[in-house]
Amino acid sequence: MSLYYVQKFLYELNRSPAVQQAYTADRHASLEGFTLSDEEIAALTEPDIGKLFHLGVNGQILMHFAAFHQIEWADYLQRMRDGIDAYGPVREGVYAMTGYEGVDAHAATLGQESRVADGAGNAGTSTNGS
Amino acid sequence: MPLVYAGVCSHAPGIRGRADQADPVAKDALYAAMDDQRAAIAATNPDALIVIAAEHFANFFMNNMPTFAIGMADFYNGPIEDPAWLGIDKFEAPGNRSLSERLIREVMQTVDVAYAEEWLFDHGIAVPLSFLTPNFDLPVIPVNINCQGPPLTPLHRAYAFGEALRRAADSVPERIALVGTGGISHWPATPDSGKINEAWDRDFLDRWARNDRAALLDYDDAQVYADAGQGGFEIRTFITVSGAAAGSTGTVHHYEPIPIFAVGCTTASYDLG
Ligand SMILES: [Fe+2]
Repeated sequence: MSLYYVQKFLYELNRSPAVQQAYTADRHASLEGFTLSDEEIAALTEPDIGKLFHLGVNGQILMHFAAFHQIEWADYLQRMRDGIDAYGPVREGVYAMTGYEGVDAHAATLGQESRVADGAGNAGTSTNGS
Repeated sequence: MPLVYAGVCSHAPGIRGRADQADPVAKDALYAAMDDQRAAIAATNPDALIVIAAEHFANFFMNNMPTFAIGMADFYNGPIEDPAWLGIDKFEAPGNRSLSERLIREVMQTVDVAYAEEWLFDHGIAVPLSFLTPNFDLPVIPVNINCQGPPLTPLHRAYAFGEALRRAADSVPERIALVGTGGISHWPATPDSGKINEAWDRDFLDRWARNDRAALLDYDDAQVYADAGQGGFEIRTFITVSGAAAGSTGTVHHYEPIPIFAVGCTTASYDLG
């Protein structure tokens, strides 16, 4: 597990056209020099957005990686939800701070409704926080 | 010159990038509020605009994360995000290296701050600028507070940083306007994107408008995360503006949750008297 290096690679990809070109040309080769597990390499090269979220990648980094792969906003959100369903709670990082068990369970923990914006419009719920 | 303006606004990328997906009435009301803020700042005839943001791993990463950073360049480029995704074209914003250096030297008397002679603006600065200086013709001094990678900047240090910025702004001959950008409660870029804790937001904004230092600092990160999401960590930028306006009270001009923008969209300012 090397969440730091997963995020470091994505940080560099997000801000550097040269790294983006290298990744496009040869995804595996572009990861050389980063200390990554086989699971992490697979998630970065497929790419498996849900797995990356499960591993703990910050959404502020992950959303740009998804956009780079032409994944639309609503699909990006759904892939993270699917990742939690498939692989379990977020393992580490900021979202693991109080545990992240998925949309419904997290909302229940907070005593809130779980319906959130689906990207298709204003289908969101503002909660009263009670 | 004494600080001429102190306010806050939202910076969520969806405000520009997903504008076409929002309720048009809510979007138009927000855009009008942002234009009011632009006019209010312009009316103070500022020489420069300090933008206190919580950037999102665009320039600062966990290999060398500054608690506080201030830009010190004559120009800045943005947005670092895909322009089509963010809904903001590539731009070059003017800076003022000399002014930055003088501000930094004064801030450093009481607060350890990193300086940066290079800074690619992400949505945390680009979205506010797209409304507040749409022609990119007002020199900008970018400021960052670590609201993203724990351990985060303590809240009382954010307030003290604001006091230092005020002291610095008052010490230079230029007329300085200051805007903090971020939060309030939100779960940006996560499966919970769109969730907004309106009651929590309104309570925070009440503390902010009263500039009640003790109440503003009476949060801990675990509870903020539970109630307001990791986006809630960005209250630091608002609290820094409170420190810069210590002794003044403020007004919330606009607040409305817009889920597709993933945040309760806000504009507010202090009456500096
Ligand atoms: Fe933000």
